[in-house]
Amino acid sequence: MAIKVYSTPTCPYCRVVKDFLKQNKIEFEDIDVATNTEAAKEMVEKSGQMAVPVLDIDGTIIVGADLKAIKKALDLEG
Amino acid sequence: MNDLIILGAGPAGITATIYAARKKLNFLVITKDIGGQAAISADIENYTGYQYITGPDLAKKFKDHMEEFKMGVKEGEEVVGVEKINGTFKVKTDSETHESKTLIIATGAKPRTLNVPGEKKFKNRGVTYCATCDAPLFANMDVAVIGGGNSALDATLQLMKIANRIFLININPSFRGDKVMIEKVEKSDKVVTLHNAKTLEILGDKMVTGIKLEKDGEQKILNVQGVFVEIGYVANSDLVANLVELNKRGEVVVDEHCKTNVPGIFAAGDVSNAPYKQIVVAAGDGAKAALSAYEYLSRLG
Repeated sequence: MAIKVYSTPTCPYCRVVKDFLKQNKIEFEDIDVATNTEAAKEMVEKSGQMAVPVLDIDGTIIVGADLKAIKKALDLEG
Repeated sequence: MNDLIILGAGPAGITATIYAARKKLNFLVITKDIGGQAAISADIENYTGYQYITGPDLAKKFKDHMEEFKMGVKEGEEVVGVEKINGTFKVKTDSETHESKTLIIATGAKPRTLNVPGEKKFKNRGVTYCATCDAPLFANMDVAVIGGGNSALDATLQLMKIANRIFLININPSFRGDKVMIEKVEKSDKVVTLHNAKTLEILGDKMVTGIKLEKDGEQKILNVQGVFVEIGYVANSDLVANLVELNKRGEVVVDEHCKTNVPGIFAAGDVSNAPYKQIVVAAGDGAKAALSAYEYLSRLG
């Protein structure tokens, strides 16, 4: 499973998402869109939105710290 | 039946759980998330005992403290209705109904919206309520910040390092924020301040392209790609609006014991009319609400 997290260093919601993934021992690629403008463009194209965090879980795009949707996409219990 | 149900697990709700657990009450916590607005604060420098801590770190500490006590936390369950039937409170969630003798409402607050055309449509498409999160996405663009208090000034200060030009749209004749911040904003040649300006509409196609506003009786359009709405907060009191007294700002009215006008219902934190929306105040009120609920239960016998 390939997971990308597009985030900015200052964004608290991004921290919530990344901490959640770490707690569940799920590996992910952490992409800082504050410094990587190419990745920022890619993120806006993928999500159609200008907001972080954006998760790409094998092509499923989730915007925001929506832990319910993330659990569902990852098939996690609870 | 539960002695107590706590709605919400921000600083107020979590502190209430710690006090309720130590009183060995039989209780439940029902919450969408843990940490509330504290979890999404950037830097916290005014919570006693921590010279500096980030929001997510403080929320983690709160959570760890709460989890020391074995108790029922229903995280991610959404409350759809709260009723009082024959002296018993029934809390209906998306998956079940819980009963309790008392309630603590600690559901917090959310960012206030402008309620103008285009705002909903362009949310996350240029319109944002979290400058700390999204400001870096607007590098070298023209943006608008709506508001005149500390959060609007703070957003402007962040954007001064990133954006090309910032229109600061204040509906009032002057700023209400801290002097230090106002001076920095006024000194910047990137910032164009418009006082007495009312935002009428957010314009765009797929993404935001501008805003329409009214100033001095005239309408004008500013071309911007981002709109940062920073106009304060509104209490999450919809669920209990028919049950307890609210003030005109929509906050649950409580006395100094965190009691509402309905016996057995208490409220704490940003959802209540207690002044000063601060983490430390919310936590303190959470303790008060739990102790009040305990006292109330003792008298019930």
